[in-house]
Amino acid sequence: MNKIGIIIAREFNERVRKKSFIITTILMPLLMLGLMAAPTLMMVFAKGEQKTLLVIDESGVVAPELEGNDEVVFELFSGTLDEARQNEEVFGTLWIGKDVVEKPSSVRLYTNSSSSMSLEESIAAQIEDVVEAKRLEMYDIEGLKDIMDNLQASVSMTTYRNDLAAEGEAEEATSSVVAYLLGLVLGMMLYMFLIIYGSMVMTSVIEEKGSRVLDVLVSSVSPFQLMMGKILGVASVAVTQIAIWGVLICGLGATVLPALVPADVMQAVEAVEAGQMTALDAELDADMLSALSVATDVGGLVMMFVWLLLFLLGGFLFYSAMFAAVGSAVDSIQDANQLQTPITMPIILALILAMSVFNDPNSSLAFWGSIIPFTSPIVMMARIPFGIPTWEIVLSLVLLYASVVAMAWAAGKIYRVGIFMHGKKPSFKELLSWIKQ
Amino acid sequence: MELLKIENVTKRYSGHTALSDVSLSVPRGSIYGLLGPNGAGKTTLIRVINRMTLPDGGRVIFDGHEITDQDIYQIGYLPEERGLYKKMKVGEQAIFFARLKGLSRREAIVRLKEWFVRLGIESWWNRKVEDLSKGMAQKVQFITTVLHEPKLLIFDEPFSGFDPINANILKQEILRLRDQGATVIFSTHNMSSVEEICDHITLINKSRNILSGSVDEVRMRFGENVFEVMYGGEVSTFESAMSPLADMLSTTEVADTPYHCTRLKLKSPSVRESIAVANEAVELRSFREVIPSMNDIFIRAVEGSL
Repeated sequence: MNKIGIIIAREFNERVRKKSFIITTILMPLLMLGLMAAPTLMMVFAKGEQKTLLVIDESGVVAPELEGNDEVVFELFSGTLDEARQNEEVFGTLWIGKDVVEKPSSVRLYTNSSSSMSLEESIAAQIEDVVEAKRLEMYDIEGLKDIMDNLQASVSMTTYRNDLAAEGEAEEATSSVVAYLLGLVLGMMLYMFLIIYGSMVMTSVIEEKGSRVLDVLVSSVSPFQLMMGKILGVASVAVTQIAIWGVLICGLGATVLPALVPADVMQAVEAVEAGQMTALDAELDADMLSALSVATDVGGLVMMFVWLLLFLLGGFLFYSAMFAAVGSAVDSIQDANQLQTPITMPIILALILAMSVFNDPNSSLAFWGSIIPFTSPIVMMARIPFGIPTWEIVLSLVLLYASVVAMAWAAGKIYRVGIFMHGKKPSFKELLSWIKQ
Repeated sequence: MELLKIENVTKRYSGHTALSDVSLSVPRGSIYGLLGPNGAGKTTLIRVINRMTLPDGGRVIFDGHEITDQDIYQIGYLPEERGLYKKMKVGEQAIFFARLKGLSRREAIVRLKEWFVRLGIESWWNRKVEDLSKGMAQKVQFITTVLHEPKLLIFDEPFSGFDPINANILKQEILRLRDQGATVIFSTHNMSSVEEICDHITLINKSRNILSGSVDEVRMRFGENVFEVMYGGEVSTFESAMSPLADMLSTTEVADTPYHCTRLKLKSPSVRESIAVANEAVELRSFREVIPSMNDIFIRAVEGSL
């Protein structure tokens, strides 16, 4: 046991000190935050300078209603159209015909340089509104404006879970959209970790074999100790990385986010969480409220990270044992490609299954996919945000860790023989015969 | 008494037998040469001793008891193909290997500093292995092999990759370790180094032990009654006098002297009579047996057993 500890410590220290580890660990959460902020940033930077438009309104009804914005300001012009068009200091001239209400095509825009689609659309929309209002007025119905305003509706639905309420848990508003996004992120994260850290184990076994460090090592420790030491060492690196991300994200969720979001929105979030208010009352978008309440619910985030860590560790131990076995059997990474296909296939399959989970998290496909150890880590992580019974999660974990033991045993058998085999690349048949030996 | 005893060890891999019924015993405090052509089974035998692989049959007796996993703390192994982590710093790496052999970190550092000074490499402590030359890395690996002061040291081709000066330093260190009580198993193809430092040898060919014994004994056993005689006088007189007793092999002039040197193979083992005859015929200067080199013995033993 002590020897495994020494090997774990070496693997951990060597990897954690690498620049690439430090950089990805710190940059990844920043990158994710950046991606989230990207749409806002793009809008800010895409904005050009304010343009001035001269307006000649022969109808006299449109110009008073035109409202400038960040993009454009309107300036009433009293001269003739020709005079206005000769003014090169402004962006251009908007000409509105006398009969615009009856004939909406009598609107012209003269510009001194190219205009943008968004500009044209916003001007046209404003004029449309004015024309619509004028035409409605012609019907001369009392209170028509109020009726029209009242007709406008935007449905914002809040979903409640009866089953959770029955279990005595807080009846909370859940949003499929938020669960979908969260499940997607968690599933993808697990997929990346399994592939990246799994092949890290394999590469490192191949390197040790190639540089003959293995020969020195196995004169001091048993091959099984060596394999487990390496797997656990790399696992501790993965767990460290996830834990750092977890702390960063929880920290941001708890401190930065409430500070950024306007106070009245936060109050609404808290009120909704406390059940005093519904999203509808708060006149806020239900999905956004739900997202905010997930992001600021530290307890929930911590629980999510605990599940993530457990499934990450189990999935990693399960798959990296296989990766280590393949690494021990070959002499080069090129040779490993063919042998590692049966390992990467279930991981990819799991990701595909996880995608189907989003349509129906409780389908039997989703259920079995999240119970069977080959696919369970990724599929289960994709399902958890939808809120599933705890017994399913526990059953999945028990099965996963039981098969980890079996997999480590089989991989150890292959590893023990493989590390001394040089030259010919073994076939699957030979690998199986090594297990039986 | 012997430190290590191999009793009828057999090891089979799928398809071929690497060791069949090999027995040998390594005397305590000796340097024991393990010889044999490539693929004979030397490395497999070493792995069996190291408990890297378990034999299919037979026993390994270490220090009076059947070998256990605990005994590998008492063994130091320098494999033929040297292996160190390229990206790791020399000092840290040496500590890592020492701890795997059961030393505490503190003890490892104390001993390492001592060894680094002795071999003149103390300035490499913080350098990465990939920055070292092949010979430098070999020195580091040698230190990691002997650091835990094992009772049994196993060196597989320890001098390959060393220049003559460093090879000599290493040889002196091996002899010094032997004098301090270590037993050394020495696997090599380099027969002159066997003659220089080995006390005992075992020659393995095609998975079998075909020759064992002390170096002197083996060489005597392979002696073929060939003698070299140096004398003054006529070559023809000498040859005619000796021809009833021996076959002449070759005759050379000894440069800058009036003497001749003839190699002959005695027909009978009676050396005394031959010397008497030669002494009568010519002015005898020397009469000595030509003992085969380990190189000749190696080739003859391997080819003879084909």
